[in-house]
Amino acid sequence: MQVELRNIHKFFGPVHANRGITLTIPAGTIQGLLGENGAGKSTLMKILSGFIRPDQGEIRLDGQSVTFHSPADALAQGIGMLHQDPLDFPPMRVLDNFVTGSPGGLLPDREDARQALLSISQQFGFSLDPDAYVDTLTVGERQQLEIVRLLWLGARVLIFDEPTTGISAQQRQKLFAALRRLADEGRTIIFVTHKLEEVQALCHRVAVLRAGELVGTADAPYDLDRLVEMMFGKVISVGRADPVPLGETVLALEDLAVEDHRLNIRGVTLNIRAGEVVGLAGMEGSGQRRLLRAAAGLIRPTGGRVRFLGRDMTGRPYLDFHRAGAAYIPADRMTEGLFPDLTIAEHVALARQRVGFFLRAEAMRAWAQEAIRHFSIRGRPETPARALSGGNQQRLLLALMRPDLRLIFMEHPTRGLDLESALWIWGQLKNRCRQGAALFFMSSDLEELLNYSDRVLVFFGGRVSRPLPATELDVEKLGQLIGGYGFDRVVNTAAPAAHTEGEAA
Amino acid sequence: MNQNMTWRETLLYRGGAVLLALALTSLVIWVSSPSTPPWEVLGLVFRGAFSTPAQGGLSWKKVADVLVAWIPMLLAAAGLLITFAAGLWNIGVEGQIVMGAVFTTWVLRLMQDSTAPPALALTLALVAGAVGGALWALGVGLLRTYGGVNEIFGGLGLNFVATTVVLWLIFGPWKRPGIGSMSGTEPFPPELHLPTWGDTRLSGVALLIGLGGMALAYVLLKGTSFGLRLKAVGNNPRAARLMGLRPARYMMLAFGLGGALVGLAGSIQVTGVYYRLIPAISSGYGWLGLLVCMLVNFDPTWAPLVALFFAAINIGSIQLPIVLSLDSSLAGVIQGSLVFSFLFTEGLRRLVLQRRARAAAS
Repeated sequence: MQVELRNIHKFFGPVHANRGITLTIPAGTIQGLLGENGAGKSTLMKILSGFIRPDQGEIRLDGQSVTFHSPADALAQGIGMLHQDPLDFPPMRVLDNFVTGSPGGLLPDREDARQALLSISQQFGFSLDPDAYVDTLTVGERQQLEIVRLLWLGARVLIFDEPTTGISAQQRQKLFAALRRLADEGRTIIFVTHKLEEVQALCHRVAVLRAGELVGTADAPYDLDRLVEMMFGKVISVGRADPVPLGETVLALEDLAVEDHRLNIRGVTLNIRAGEVVGLAGMEGSGQRRLLRAAAGLIRPTGGRVRFLGRDMTGRPYLDFHRAGAAYIPADRMTEGLFPDLTIAEHVALARQRVGFFLRAEAMRAWAQEAIRHFSIRGRPETPARALSGGNQQRLLLALMRPDLRLIFMEHPTRGLDLESALWIWGQLKNRCRQGAALFFMSSDLEELLNYSDRVLVFFGGRVSRPLPATELDVEKLGQLIGGYGFDRVVNTAAPAAHTEGEAA
Repeated sequence: MNQNMTWRETLLYRGGAVLLALALTSLVIWVSSPSTPPWEVLGLVFRGAFSTPAQGGLSWKKVADVLVAWIPMLLAAAGLLITFAAGLWNIGVEGQIVMGAVFTTWVLRLMQDSTAPPALALTLALVAGAVGGALWALGVGLLRTYGGVNEIFGGLGLNFVATTVVLWLIFGPWKRPGIGSMSGTEPFPPELHLPTWGDTRLSGVALLIGLGGMALAYVLLKGTSFGLRLKAVGNNPRAARLMGLRPARYMMLAFGLGGALVGLAGSIQVTGVYYRLIPAISSGYGWLGLLVCMLVNFDPTWAPLVALFFAAINIGSIQLPIVLSLDSSLAGVIQGSLVFSFLFTEGLRRLVLQRRARAAAS
């Protein structure tokens, strides 16, 4: 089935998530959809699969204009989507999941369904036990179940949203083989990813989204430099600021390991010295955030040591890091950084040490006004944090950091900020470094990583590169590494994580 | 961008809430007694708070009754304001009143046969009431911070436990000589009663404790760094953690302090109102305190006045069965309708604000 998207627009409040996207996908192709997080890929695919409606634009299937009222409606017209986290019912059996949502009414024919499940599975070499419980399945097997189910329900267009996250290498091979076969049978496959090597290995053609726009398309074989440029944009380097002399080691990570349900990162060893800036690069969800949080005591590392100012702080709570002179600035300023209903004056008073038991309103006002002046916050002492713009929230967060900090952890220091605010924020951070603080941050902005870091760690596929001096990198090279291209050459840790590898195929 | 409404609009919504509450109440009156005009009922309630129908004119005895009802409501509301500041829904407030009453009764029973001066016994009994309320609240707090049980469920559960404990005491270990009855334990001798003014039931000490409790909550929440931290923890515990505060500790402190104030309400019910432990010792003042807090939007400034108004409605409605043979529970209907209408119009107001913000953005 040929899929045509014509001039699709979607707004979420003030955010323009899809800006007039037009794309035609012929039947029997594997179409890659490449882009950073927040580029608009998922929005576009949710529109195509009936989860959300476009504000403007048209969808055509084999030349026929269609409108979807729900995902079930889209599926009835032949479009099925596999979500990044499988949308199944874990406490139920495979067969029950399989028949749920089928148009069989209250009493579906289970024997019929069982036969269908087994025969479709067999065609693709999947081994699914109809009577197993879904929560005993691996992510890969749950994907297989979903593929079989969508095929049974007659999907002729299959959308895969980042399907290779959290599955083993063998399962990935099996998945790719299945996708090729589906395409050969004339089905249309849309493969959403941020991994360049997967595009190269699998997709017949690729479309690149950036900031809600379709910035370009390409056919295999690909020119990787061009894809990187399309994904991240043409980068104008502002030149590196004058270097800050480095002091003693502030933070030492020794063979640190972190885990979550789909990642298992091991062997991170790194020394950060006073005045130094170390950046963590990688696609969102590659483990940067977990590593940063483990290094700050916010989550427990699963192995290795953390030393802060020479003291072994492994397994100690964040409060101890905070007391010893560390601060963690989260990316989500409203849910984790600030108190939405508290005023600027209240924030400033909270952050001050030694305020005394009774608060004096005049003193609070004066402190707040000083912070507002010094950090150029556009607001008044009585303005609640939720009424501030993103840039001003970030300025307020900086204003709350105590003056004698030795270590700053930061997620996305300038995400969502205008250029002026971003430059100002980095000026402040560099000042802190000059005063002897070390900065350990993660970002998805390549320019920011390259311009301000002394060294960069790249995360990809559950592994971390060795610390790379920023002077040896440029945007093309860093972009390729983030997409996994040439990554093996910069890694000195062992092969990918054991539990992913050991997953049953 | 405009986050606020003009005061005219705000007044419109507030006035609308009152009208809605009156309409709802009138509907209930009409259903239960179609022949009585609702305004007559409402008028009787308001007059009944300050005068007796037989004599008319201002009755000091009635005013004193209103103040007697005001005191536990003040204490319950004060305690709840503190837990609300920390972002906690202390539904266990009723159980905390009950346990305050139980601890007070316990101390008085221990001391009534001793030679200790009554002032000392009463002081210890009041302190014990505060401790009882605090402990019961800390139980909810422990369940919440270390057991992962939401304070609403923990509090509700402990309310039932407290009620059961009281019944067991009244019919078991503390039963009256002879046979236990729903009328409660054996009354304490008059020297163990809080002193009252004239022939009223109003005790100056109790009034002082009630007002003092509310003042304490007000000062803590409005003018201290402790109150500010409580508010911070309540507003965003995750941000509080990143700022180096310990949310669990502040939640426990809020429970302890709030529970102590609430427990005092139970204490005063025993030492200043009933002079014994009865099954319905809390008289629902915990729930009323909760309604007061919701009606003032959790801001201590207007809480005392609203509590006074609620107390007046409670006392005013006592006349209803006698004069109009309507049940006095109509007081609860009025109070509940007010809160419901307020929350409803407040939700409406937010919706309108959001719509405006969205319209301004696009």
